[in-house]
Amino acid sequence: MKKFKILLAGTVACMALSSSMAYAERGTDGDLKILFWQAVSTMNPYLSGGTKEVFASSMVIEPLARYDETGELVPWLVTELPTLENGGFSEDMLSLTWKLKPDLKWSDGTDFTAEDVVFTWKYCTDPNGGCAQAAQYEGITNVEAVDPLTVKITFSEAKPYPYSAFVGAQSPVIQAAQFKDCLGAAAPGCTSANFGPIGTGPFVVKDFKPNDVITFEANPNYRDPAKPAFASATLKGGGDAASAARAVLETGEYDYAWNAQVEPEVLAAMMAAGKGRLEISFGTQVERINLNHFNADPALGDKRSTAEAGPHPSLSDPAVRRALSLAIDRDIIVEAGYGQSGRPTCNIVPAPETVASTKNDSWCLTQDIEAANKLLDEAGWERGSDGIREKDGVRLSYLYATSTNSVRQATQELVKAMWAEIGVDAELRNASASVFFGGDPASPDTFQKFYADVEMYTNNFDGTDPEKYLAEWLCDKMPSPANGWQGQNIPRYCNPEYDALVGELSRTADLEKRAELSKQLNDMLTEEGAHIALVHRGDQSSFANSLQGVRMNSWDSQVWNIADWYRAK
Amino acid sequence: MFTYTLRRLFFAIPTLLVISFVIFALLDLAPSDPTGDLPLTIPPEVREQIRASLGLDQPFLIRYLKWLQQFFINEPLNILESLTGWQFGDGERMRILSWATRSPVVDLIVQRMPQTLWVVGLAYLFGILLAVPIGVISAYKQYSIFDQIGTFVSMVGYSVPTFFTGVLLIVIFSSYLQWFPSVYDTNLVVNDFSSLMAQIRQMAMPVAVLALYNASQITRFVRASMLDNLHQDYVRTARAKGVKEKAVLLVHVLRNSLIPVVTVIALGVPTIFSGAIITEQIFRVNGLGQLLIVAVQGADIPLVQTLTFIFAVLIVLFNLIADVLYGILDPRIRYD
Repeated sequence: MKKFKILLAGTVACMALSSSMAYAERGTDGDLKILFWQAVSTMNPYLSGGTKEVFASSMVIEPLARYDETGELVPWLVTELPTLENGGFSEDMLSLTWKLKPDLKWSDGTDFTAEDVVFTWKYCTDPNGGCAQAAQYEGITNVEAVDPLTVKITFSEAKPYPYSAFVGAQSPVIQAAQFKDCLGAAAPGCTSANFGPIGTGPFVVKDFKPNDVITFEANPNYRDPAKPAFASATLKGGGDAASAARAVLETGEYDYAWNAQVEPEVLAAMMAAGKGRLEISFGTQVERINLNHFNADPALGDKRSTAEAGPHPSLSDPAVRRALSLAIDRDIIVEAGYGQSGRPTCNIVPAPETVASTKNDSWCLTQDIEAANKLLDEAGWERGSDGIREKDGVRLSYLYATSTNSVRQATQELVKAMWAEIGVDAELRNASASVFFGGDPASPDTFQKFYADVEMYTNNFDGTDPEKYLAEWLCDKMPSPANGWQGQNIPRYCNPEYDALVGELSRTADLEKRAELSKQLNDMLTEEGAHIALVHRGDQSSFANSLQGVRMNSWDSQVWNIADWYRAK
Repeated sequence: MFTYTLRRLFFAIPTLLVISFVIFALLDLAPSDPTGDLPLTIPPEVREQIRASLGLDQPFLIRYLKWLQQFFINEPLNILESLTGWQFGDGERMRILSWATRSPVVDLIVQRMPQTLWVVGLAYLFGILLAVPIGVISAYKQYSIFDQIGTFVSMVGYSVPTFFTGVLLIVIFSSYLQWFPSVYDTNLVVNDFSSLMAQIRQMAMPVAVLALYNASQITRFVRASMLDNLHQDYVRTARAKGVKEKAVLLVHVLRNSLIPVVTVIALGVPTIFSGAIITEQIFRVNGLGQLLIVAVQGADIPLVQTLTFIFAVLIVLFNLIADVLYGILDPRIRYD
């Protein structure tokens, strides 16, 4: 009997294997139809840092290592991840050595070598090139090809977390032979290379119509002879998020539509057609309300929101900052604007799990109007005749800015109503996203200038290590006229203790210790009210039911494993 | 007439120069930025480098003069080269590059032209073909049921925005009936009967939406103009002479009525080239209108500048054509 069972199990295993072999053949599943509602402008992510370009190009060109859907680093074009244990990462944290997979071929059939990796570094760090991903190569003094299969990266100073260059969809390796005449100022002129880079990925560009449609074909030299399952792929661009989702979920014309940023009830109606599904994954995006630590009174003119203007008359009071956070019901905001693609959060670093703090969830995640009112009463903010609190002639009335976007405007309305319950008034304002995020020093409406008391937007960090991100709240990173309003410490938060702790993080290599420090830094920002974190935003895309093998990923490109996608028979 | 045309053409040059300067200045003053759409994870120093690589660190006047040189000298020479095969100089000329795609703007425009001309142009043609007979009958049988229905439909077509009719058609014909695709395929090559059918199916909805809009507008003009003429003395005279009613209507009245209509139609031609921004966006036709709106959103100034300037040239040109046509159609009008 036992023997029979083993036999049976063996047969089942064989059948499972053979059935998986049945569709594991290159190009048997026809055309994969992809819809991006923001059309792709170029296939060179080094010339355009836009998410759409990074995703589209990741079907063709690949990094040495990338993040899987859990945020784990996986070796991609290399044999293993260099670590301190295996000696790939030197003890002094000054160099990193990647071992390339042998026999890798570019789609044109030539060998993929360490020289290509070195060239990629040179290409992106050329001072005249305006490389959009230059930050990925920060702190690197040299990249050299030790032998055709070994790449050694040297850092200018000890780098406790070295995985940035050639890691993730933002810094893929491009072919030296193709781009050799495109360095620096010549980069934009290489139109055919920028539109059809030669890569190691599962697809090659057959035809590229900028801002319209891209036609791909399976890469004949792809390293896995059984993949990709699709013979070709078409990536159409344009339109809007709702109609893109409709083309997958309701009419079934497309297999995959990127970024279904649509109100939950609209999506629910489309899902009723039963043709597709939504896949959601969470990265590090957090919608937050920044509280201005400096005075933003328009009467101050150009001094607004700078150190010269002095501290904010009411927001500098910790009690006010905490009360504003307590008054907000994050569940309602999530339900109304985000549905399944959002979670309430109080952290600015919400993921990965190892660095996500839970310390402040107890007081912060649930709305407590009573406690908020009590805090303000105790701090001496008393309600005036119109119900708005004031003290010494300072009213709790705020200019609340954000970018134009229907979900943001709805959130503004909700927050305004919640704050009204604690005697805080808000004047709502929104600016077009290209202006708000545009950073034009001449415009008064940019989020960097922060000519408002509070402002709301989303930010995140690349990869899984938050060090660089947490360093944005350093005192010297405040935007000001002196630095042309460049600087990422938008709330103008400043705490020497915080600065010291960031310094410690930058010297710590032990991963557990780093996570601990990151949590501490995150908690400091929450507790001291540098900002009010609202929603941990996920990425949401729609897929046809027949499309299988998808592993939705927020840490890397959404199409990171497109070689494994197949059509269910 | 000829000297008049020449004089007008001559005056068009300073007008266009002023227009190009105004467009450039407006775009420069607008508070949008080509790096504005990039993820916030890209730090400010890198953005500064990107702006420098786009040439944004140069003074306004230099950038404007460069654009003038590229538009009026380099690009025409390039077109001439590719048409004739001649070589001027070393052939290495700075072309107008789009900031978003980093490819020559003229190539983008050439790539977008076919679908825009097919969809928007065809819709304009259908609109005219529908509008003239409807307008004539409506006017001839004023206040009849036909006129009432025609007036109602044209009022609806004129006042309901295309972003409503477009989505409505998609919901009915794509989602519910599944007759037509909701996404336009610009890669489709018509080479046999089935691909022709596919082309007709994908053009049906956008053309219908735009044709309704165009027809509504033009019908009103035709009807009003016909009504003006139907009560003229010469019509009564013609009828008194015993001219057949058909000849009165189609030869005497229609011909005279079409004079202002032709002007309106000629003035509307440039709008074909500027594309139908909203309709193209809804059906993803990705023609010139979509190119313009994406460029505006992405602060792709060279592309916006070039496109709007070409539209300005077309408007100036068709204004002239309309004036000249007016003179040809109505011999009473003389400019000289």
